[in-house]
Amino acid sequence: MPISENDVTRVARLARLRVTEAEIPQYQAGLDGILDLVAQLHESVTDDIEPMAHPQDISLRLREDQVTEDDERDLFQECAPAVESGLYLVPRVIE
Amino acid sequence: MEWECVIGLEVHVQLKTKSKIFSGASTTFGADANTQACGVDIGLPGVLPVMNREAVMMAARFGIAIGGTINEISVFARKNYFYPDLPKGYQISQFEIPVVEGGQLEIQTANGPRTIRITRAHLEEDAGKSLHEDFHGLTGIDLNRAGTPLLEVVSEPDLRSPEEAVAYLKKLHTLVRTLKICDGNMQEGSFRCDANVSVRPKGEAQLGTRAELKNINSFRFVERAIYFEIDRQIGVIEDGGSVVQETRLYDPDKDLTRSMRGKEEAHDYRYFPDPDLPPLMITKKELDAIRSAMPELPDTKLTRLVSSYELSNDDAALLAADSDLAKFFEDAVRTANGESRLIANWILGDLSSALNRESLSISESPVSPEMLGQLINRIKDNTISGKIAKQVFGDLWQGKGQVDDIIQNQGLTQITDTDAISKAVDDVITAFPSQVNQVRAGEEKVIGFLVGQVMKATSGKANPQAVNNLIKSKLSS
Repeated sequence: MPISENDVTRVARLARLRVTEAEIPQYQAGLDGILDLVAQLHESVTDDIEPMAHPQDISLRLREDQVTEDDERDLFQECAPAVESGLYLVPRVIE
Repeated sequence: MEWECVIGLEVHVQLKTKSKIFSGASTTFGADANTQACGVDIGLPGVLPVMNREAVMMAARFGIAIGGTINEISVFARKNYFYPDLPKGYQISQFEIPVVEGGQLEIQTANGPRTIRITRAHLEEDAGKSLHEDFHGLTGIDLNRAGTPLLEVVSEPDLRSPEEAVAYLKKLHTLVRTLKICDGNMQEGSFRCDANVSVRPKGEAQLGTRAELKNINSFRFVERAIYFEIDRQIGVIEDGGSVVQETRLYDPDKDLTRSMRGKEEAHDYRYFPDPDLPPLMITKKELDAIRSAMPELPDTKLTRLVSSYELSNDDAALLAADSDLAKFFEDAVRTANGESRLIANWILGDLSSALNRESLSISESPVSPEMLGQLINRIKDNTISGKIAKQVFGDLWQGKGQVDDIIQNQGLTQITDTDAISKAVDDVITAFPSQVNQVRAGEEKVIGFLVGQVMKATSGKANPQAVNNLIKSKLSS
């Protein structure tokens, strides 16, 4: 199923990407190409194959429940545009 | 028309780990803003999540306790949405394959016991907090809570009244505390509830359109929010309208729910398996270890307390609801040579009210189970009266020493010297002739007054029963 202009606009909005009218055909073609590739994969017979959740055949490594991180707030906040009382300040979000 | 409501609950159980679910930052509540948010929690580029083993084990413990299936392999997924307290732009959660599937809780209702099915329980990370006040038009973000492990417990829409919803929540609350996987502190947000509520004509099989009530943080508010919502939905339908599927927020001050935001597109979370996290595996060996270390579950405990200690169902239920309280009870009974009912009365009466007064939990009680047991022993062997015992309890509470020391140092031992009591009784008989005549005339109740006077004269140290008997025998002769 080819990607429509609406699909591109919608996905862009969900991803908070600003896509201009002029760019839409380019993204349409790009996304269509990805879906074509997936369609090719669909041609393989996978009835007896259990789906993998991850491309590598490994399982999750677990760590012990220990506090290992120090407070590095000052360092992290050096690159924040605005901070006050230890908080990161962002444009007001209205619920 | 008669209406029926259908309720399903989603409870966010904050797991009591020391560190975050995917990082080594501390989870302690109440720290200075952003001092417990490391590079992983604030979503710095290039960091990678590493799963906390304890959070996995806690989820499995819960799954076993509700009789659910622990998936040998479960998968973490990204739930994508934009909000400033979620710096990565996605929440790591579980979607297609959660760690726990199925299970159930039994609740007591006005119409007898009911089984509430649990759909699933999945692991996920919490988001940070947004503070909307006092920042000159800006929003303040504290990411200390970001990455705190949550177990989201989703019930089937099996609940049929606000009371049942509360009964289910209380049951779940007791269970997670008994399992020691959550501190259950609702004020601090360790146990949060969303309720999916819909109504339908009674007898109708199809479900009505539901509204989701968000983040209700007390049992009382859950009940009130659902009551309000049921009335609102019935009103909408009876006025010829239809209920819109939406998220609503309960306002406890105004006691109403209001629409939070039109979620037309917001539900498009575009879940996909998180490439940073391979599948989570739980081995049979690990499950066996958890199974063998399982604490006694609340239902079993309740039954045992009733049968082994001759307690009423109500008293046993109060004790079984808090495993620390139940342990305190059993320890005290051991010291007091099996005086279980007296111990239960003291724990649920004087001790509980003292704890409530000072907002302490049972584990912080200045009076130990051994002290309470010993106090009961001194009542039983007639060293002190029940009234004096309350005074001794007060001193124990204030840390003034052990039971026997307090009794001895303050000379609180009951007067067993019959002559001394006899003299006190004679004095009272002389001092209150009219009351004495009333008793002689058959007004039995007035005896209480005379006993009271003798107790007062002996500073409460006479045995009231002995005094009572003595007055009776003196006045009948």
